[in-house]
Amino acid sequence: MSIRDIFKKNKPNRKTMTSKGQHDVPEGIVTKCPECNHVMLTKDLQKNQKVCPNCQYHHKLTSQERIEDFLDEGTFESFDDHLQTVNPLNFPGYVEKVKSDMKKTGLNEAVLTGTGMLEGNKVVVAVMDSFFRMGSMGSVVGEKITRAIEKATELGVPFIIFTASGGARMQEGVISLMQMAKTSVALERHGAKGNLFISIMTHPTTGGVSASFASLGDINLAEPQALIGFAGRRVIEQTVREKLPNDFQTAEFLLAHGQLDAVVPRSDMRKTVGTLVKLHVKEAV
Amino acid sequence: MVKTLPFEEPLVQLKTKITELKEYTSDAEVDLTKEITQLEERFTNLEKDIYHNLKPWDRVQIARHPERPTTLDYVKVLFDDFIELHGDRNFGDDEAIVGGVASFEETPITIIGHQRGKDTKENIRRNFGMPHPEGYRKALRLMKQAEKFKRPIICFIDTKGAYPGKAAEERGQSEAIARNLLEMAGLKVPIISVVIGEGGSGGALALGVANHVHMLENSTYSVISPEGAASILWKDATLAQKAAEAMRITAPNLKEEEIIEEIVPEVLGGAHKDIDTQASYLKEVLSKSLSELKTLDEEQLIDQRYNKFRKIGVFSEE
Repeated sequence: MSIRDIFKKNKPNRKTMTSKGQHDVPEGIVTKCPECNHVMLTKDLQKNQKVCPNCQYHHKLTSQERIEDFLDEGTFESFDDHLQTVNPLNFPGYVEKVKSDMKKTGLNEAVLTGTGMLEGNKVVVAVMDSFFRMGSMGSVVGEKITRAIEKATELGVPFIIFTASGGARMQEGVISLMQMAKTSVALERHGAKGNLFISIMTHPTTGGVSASFASLGDINLAEPQALIGFAGRRVIEQTVREKLPNDFQTAEFLLAHGQLDAVVPRSDMRKTVGTLVKLHVKEAV
Repeated sequence: MVKTLPFEEPLVQLKTKITELKEYTSDAEVDLTKEITQLEERFTNLEKDIYHNLKPWDRVQIARHPERPTTLDYVKVLFDDFIELHGDRNFGDDEAIVGGVASFEETPITIIGHQRGKDTKENIRRNFGMPHPEGYRKALRLMKQAEKFKRPIICFIDTKGAYPGKAAEERGQSEAIARNLLEMAGLKVPIISVVIGEGGSGGALALGVANHVHMLENSTYSVISPEGAASILWKDATLAQKAAEAMRITAPNLKEEEIIEEIVPEVLGGAHKDIDTQASYLKEVLSKSLSELKTLDEEQLIDQRYNKFRKIGVFSEE
């Protein structure tokens, strides 16, 4: 801190709670909303689908929480949990980082895929997990999503994805870029056979994921306030040298610019997607 | 004069020395022919030595050479009857992508390619070859048109990436790229894509879901620029040289990974040294590629494209 900062009124690091006060509450019992600073019991936040009761901020869900929240209870069966990430470019420490995220999340990679029932209709779902390497897409993520799409095509059921990703996984180089093409060719085939694909973009969905399957739904939905975009905000600000509006690249911004079918709050997601799926059920031939 | 690249310095120095010696002999009546011949021999050897042992970073610099032939340069030499077609019928005409119809060895084809400029003025007009969504939508419109008239499609990839701007986001940069990936997968005509310069990320891939993908020997194809990779992976953009090697972005690298079909050889020192010869190398590869794809029917074309991209990925299945 420089001398000048001492006289500033709004010190950047001013704390609202004394360090002693922080220790009075065991970790994890309460959660502070990063959006409105509302402090609530973590238990209450969980009960409210991890949506802040004060400002409706949608906290990130793990993929397991999402499955539990979204599908009919106990119907989920996962695919391809045995696929393992390797290190094609021999980046130092890459496999170790993946392994540590495996332990942290209980997943084999940044997406969980499988079948389940949604309000009584069979669907194939994929849920990306931003707690795993920022949800970035390397070979295993691309392969799992592609296999899930192919399974949905084979079964003739809707494919539903919840996206959450920082984009392509740089440590896998151009192979990660090609996962955009791989998933897209699979979606083309899925669609060509008259099957439904619903993409639900959650916070954050950017880069290569945004520029491939996330944007390719027959119906594209998003959670409120989710950050969705191709290029990063800082990159754009540097390129165009102008300040961007506050709501730039939010779900609401995309909706206003015609890029989304609807912004759906988490509390309505199951019902909304359930209805959409019901309306697309193919008549038994 | 053509811009010289850092790794070409020794060549330039030797050339200067030879020129000096030549001038000296003509003035001073001393016979240095032997020395000059020796030096010229050394020059030829050095030239071979340098150009046959290019490091990834050297190739990046050749790929970015301001004089490097662009899409329209090749179009002029390779195709007859080219007529440029403009616009996405929706928003505007993005000059960072050009497209049109032409004939190639008597076959009507559709051509689409990223278009850089060679000087500042043209680069501003072309937005440095970095397309907006309307560019990709124009490309898709022309591809659908090609499908209707059963014309093969040839794409030239040459971009640092899709433009990261406010307007591009508002008009759906992501969706425009994604849509091309999906639609290209289903096209019933042969598609050949050639990376002629830089193949930068999604903005390049949006013209790259082809039956055959080829790369010029000194072109690059990558998920992120070496500078970008260095700044993200090591928080230091000056390590771009190291990143260029680590990321495996050159034509020989991608051939090894079986992501591309053919490496189009380049004239010694890079395509910019002799456009006509370079175009003839390119023509040979395109011609072979096209006659191979012409033997496939619509379904086979779609299946071949599907399988090509379906198999890309490195993982273990225990």
